[in-house]
Amino acid sequence: MVGASLAGLSAARSLRQQGFDGRLVVIGDEVHRPYDRPPLSKEFLAGTLGEAELALESDDEDLRAEWLLGSRAVGLDRTDRAVRLADGREVRADGVVIATGAAARSLPGSEGLAGVHTLRTLDDARALRDELARGGRLVVIGGGFIGAEVASTAYALGLDVTVVEVAPTPLAGPLGAAMGAIVSALHADHGVRLLCGVGVKGLSGETRVDAVLLEDGRTVPADIVVVGVGARPCVEWLEGSGVVLDNGVKCGADGRTSLAGVVAVGDCANWYDPRAGLHRRVEHWTGARERPANAVATLLAGGAVEPAVPRPPYFWSDQYGVKIQFAGHAAAADSVTIEAGAADTRDVLAVYRRAGDPVAVLGMNQPRPFMRWRKQLAAATS
Amino acid sequence: MIPACRLVDLPRGEAHRLDIDPPVSVFHTDDGEVFAIDDTCTHQDASLADGWLEGCEVECPLHASKFNLKTGSVDAPPAKLPVRTHQVVIEDGMIYVQLSTDAPNLPPCIAARLAGGPA
Repeated sequence: MVGASLAGLSAARSLRQQGFDGRLVVIGDEVHRPYDRPPLSKEFLAGTLGEAELALESDDEDLRAEWLLGSRAVGLDRTDRAVRLADGREVRADGVVIATGAAARSLPGSEGLAGVHTLRTLDDARALRDELARGGRLVVIGGGFIGAEVASTAYALGLDVTVVEVAPTPLAGPLGAAMGAIVSALHADHGVRLLCGVGVKGLSGETRVDAVLLEDGRTVPADIVVVGVGARPCVEWLEGSGVVLDNGVKCGADGRTSLAGVVAVGDCANWYDPRAGLHRRVEHWTGARERPANAVATLLAGGAVEPAVPRPPYFWSDQYGVKIQFAGHAAAADSVTIEAGAADTRDVLAVYRRAGDPVAVLGMNQPRPFMRWRKQLAAATS
Repeated sequence: MIPACRLVDLPRGEAHRLDIDPPVSVFHTDDGEVFAIDDTCTHQDASLADGWLEGCEVECPLHASKFNLKTGSVDAPPAKLPVRTHQVVIEDGMIYVQLSTDAPNLPPCIAARLAGGPA
């Protein structure tokens, strides 16, 4: 198991549940045992949830695994499936699960400037939490989910918050432009400034950031900057290994890679979606939890099983006290209609359709009808 | 025992929530079994009656924690604590719930509210 976050842990659990009783080695580049990342931009950042509560393992859980934590994988030798570690050690295996995740993209030129943060890991969240606790002016670069959640949390902590988004509408990729506009209107509802359609030219400051410079010439003063501009799959270590890479690890519909005995799961894995006829790298918590069971079944059967169909991707976000839920693929839709609630009251239940068939659903504080639609989507696509 | 609802009014695959404090939900599985558990997910404030019922498990509608309806145990994270299970009695087509006397495992926000603290 290369990767010790949710996808790696889920794969380890699935291996044991599916009867594997051999030696299990879990390699993780962070020093921490598996922890839950969604609260890092929400309750943990707000200081209402402690580190102990982030643990993904239960106290009495024993996977009979050897944990090599704080060990980064730097290579994979295809001939004997040996994973090389940064400290020179090597782990040979009969099967390898690649679950190395993704890393936050940074802003070129921001390295070494104090007050500039990305948010992906527990260590990132600790550092940002400590800075937010001191208050001041926060500028969030990127109006995606991480950026929006950080803005929401910082607003609740009393900071002066500005969000800068290069696209005309935030969240247009995952939600489509119409619904992206409704969800991102939550910022203005709470007095958080949202600047759209403008890129960032750079940051100013000697040793510590003091402003964000925009491409239209404006300067936004800042005590703290959070860069939330997406993530890149952590697959550099596989270059030259024979594992085919294409927007992460290129996988079949069950996580199999181009090498026998090697599967990939989680944020680094670009699984084939047979219904859509294309590959998708699904970067959601639920995918990292559910799909490893399929990949492990493939690994244990030597690829001789019919791949199970993953459920439509599902994710949630909490912003300004609104529970946002989404399932399916917005990009596939040719129409979107609000079926319950209203944009003004920030409680829409919106259904995305393609040629009349539902392909995605969005809910804002609509958990009950959302679940009905989500189940219907799953039934329609299984 | 608390009367919940008539069995004929609870189709298979559906749940019925009892608005008591803390709320309890009765689930009628696709196999025809009836179970009662605490309605509130032990991870965060969400109603399991709104969840995804499949087999003998319910998945939380928000964060996908799974609970075994028979035992209350957690079958999938992020929840770590089990939900309480309650005894179900069906008499003359009526579903009754005998509440557990165990302490509930409520999520931190709800537990604080019940204790009179800040929500």
